[in-house]
Amino acid sequence: MTAAAREEGHPLVVVGAGVMGTGITTLALTHGVPVTLVDVDRAVLDRAEVAITRNLRTATLLGAAPPDTPPGRLTTVTSLADALSGPSPVAVIEAVVEDPATKAAVLAQVSAAVSMGTPIISNTSSIPIDELAAGVTRPADLLGTHFMNPAYLITTVEVIPGPRTAADVVTSAKKFLGELRRTPIVVRDSPGFVTSRLLHPMINDAARLVQEGVASAEDVDALMRGCLGHPTGPLRTADLIGIDNLVDALDVLHRRIGDDRSRPCELLLEKVRDGHHGRKSGRGFYDYEEAQP
Amino acid sequence: MTVSATPDTIEQELIDFLETRTKADWTATRDLFGEGGLSSLFAMELVVHLEQSYGVTISGANLKLANFRTVKAMVDLVVRLRDEA
Repeated sequence: MTAAAREEGHPLVVVGAGVMGTGITTLALTHGVPVTLVDVDRAVLDRAEVAITRNLRTATLLGAAPPDTPPGRLTTVTSLADALSGPSPVAVIEAVVEDPATKAAVLAQVSAAVSMGTPIISNTSSIPIDELAAGVTRPADLLGTHFMNPAYLITTVEVIPGPRTAADVVTSAKKFLGELRRTPIVVRDSPGFVTSRLLHPMINDAARLVQEGVASAEDVDALMRGCLGHPTGPLRTADLIGIDNLVDALDVLHRRIGDDRSRPCELLLEKVRDGHHGRKSGRGFYDYEEAQP
Repeated sequence: MTVSATPDTIEQELIDFLETRTKADWTATRDLFGEGGLSSLFAMELVVHLEQSYGVTISGANLKLANFRTVKAMVDLVVRLRDEA
């Protein structure tokens, strides 16, 4: 699939130029795949282009870009219809906000426009794929992925077929991810899948400990790193995920599973209200030199 | 921009920068990403900091983590890039 993309000009279409959309775009570009990145907001696209330029350098710096592979060509457009009217895409990845209605609307538009058998991928940290499949023309072509942030650095990807996803679409998506040097792990469709179901309540608990004054964010993270081998600590991870996205995903988990550990704690809600969304806004549990969308 | 800074000055400025950003103590030879425990993503902030502070452009083969692993490695990189310019 990446060869078709590189040699025949069939792009990967990525919808949504937020943190995950830019990360996935960077991943594809580093592997020489042309990408059409779509967002309704031109200002968001402009910021995404800056972020992608920086991400491409980071990928090189950290040895995450294949050597001797020139980056793919990036095109940015504000119209999804325009993006889908060009050469047929190798796949479409929807990476808009973690809101079921917003995702469903985008997926419905995509599925009505692309040819049968084109993998339509919803990148979600929590929303069941079969729920999203309800509004698409061909549920067999829809499956979920859960890339971690930064998508161009983290090499394992959760893959979620819904009960109506065709087996050959799962095979195609796994092949594509393999060509992007990712390791796909297929799990059954369920709210939060595996990683968010485990990670997000734990981050919520960590934030609650800070809220209750048991420990500072720095000390919670230091303990999780030093005692339990967590690579960054849960609260720095929250900053990387985006605290607004984290709260959205916790809401999805809480509503669908009923687990009270998934009810977003007040400290997380307060940070969202204050616009302290983490690394992308320049401030979350930690301060950052600059906002990095 | 401190383009004309000496290696000793650059070293001290980088240690000050790291201590401000990380709220930890640093030496010229401490491994930032190994024993120092910093995220490798922070390396990109260091790239931008060096470019903006010392007027160098870091690209190609110089854009590798080994050049940012210690303060000393970063000083060596800045001095070499300025000499090549």
